[in-house]
Amino acid sequence: MELANIERLLDKYLNAETTLTEENELKNYFLGDNVAPHLEEYRILFEYFSTSKNERFTKSIQLNSKKKHWKWLSVAASIILLVSVYTGYEKKQERKAEKIYKETQFALEILASNLNKGTVAIAQLKEFEKAKNKIFKQPKRNKK
Amino acid sequence: MKQSEFLKTVMPFKDKVFRVAKRLLVSTEEAEDATQELFFKLWKNRSKLKDYKSIEAFAMTMTKNYCFDRLKSKQANNLKLIHSNYKEKNTSLDRRMELNDSVSIVHQLIENLPEQQKLIIQLRDIEQYEFAEIAEMLNLQPTAIRVTLSRARKTIREQLIKQHNYGIS
Repeated sequence: MELANIERLLDKYLNAETTLTEENELKNYFLGDNVAPHLEEYRILFEYFSTSKNERFTKSIQLNSKKKHWKWLSVAASIILLVSVYTGYEKKQERKAEKIYKETQFALEILASNLNKGTVAIAQLKEFEKAKNKIFKQPKRNKK
Repeated sequence: MKQSEFLKTVMPFKDKVFRVAKRLLVSTEEAEDATQELFFKLWKNRSKLKDYKSIEAFAMTMTKNYCFDRLKSKQANNLKLIHSNYKEKNTSLDRRMELNDSVSIVHQLIENLPEQQKLIIQLRDIEQYEFAEIAEMLNLQPTAIRVTLSRARKTIREQLIKQHNYGIS
């Protein structure tokens, strides 16, 4: 393509009056090998434009949002928390009851052992009574 | 609309959405997140898609709005700091090497343009949309787009010549 034509197109290009076809003509010229030295700056420009267009979005598009995931996760987490708090509470109640049970048991044992002491004492007293009865006469029986 | 059908209509312009998002948001990761988010939004609104003349143009409008919102909230949250950190890393470290790499000069020059000019350069010179299509996407008059585009092209060219002459002398 003749240089005069390119220069004319460049003027139009700077005024943003070129069509896409004309801009492609310019691009082809500047990506080619015989760029006029005084138009060097345009070569840099059009090279940049064409390399920029090659950039790609490499990740895959996910239509199921992560956010939704998080929502469900939080629901699950709160359920787990509730359950664990509930079972923890239950456990605590259980332990409390056990403690109370043990304490009562202990108290009853003390009571029982003390009661036994009483019965031992009574047994001794009975022995004493027997001995006494042997020694002394029993007036009531005689009266009968 | 089924998932496969949706993907069929949407896949042809996923790279375009990504490139436009990257042009505006600068960082690749953010552009990827934005693309992901935008396609999810499109999928959620799939029942309304039939009402649009061109789904691609609608997607581009969404991309533009989404990215501008992101930029605005970033400024509001002073997250611009992170943003400039990113740029810093990209320019100062590799600057000497990249300055020789003339292609990235253009990248820098476009980055320095105002948002609207950046966007229009991207849509026209890289994605090669017709003026009428860009007008529909941005809800602007075609003449306004031509004016902005002309301004952007002239700025880039002037800067390029400046840098070029500087490099020679």
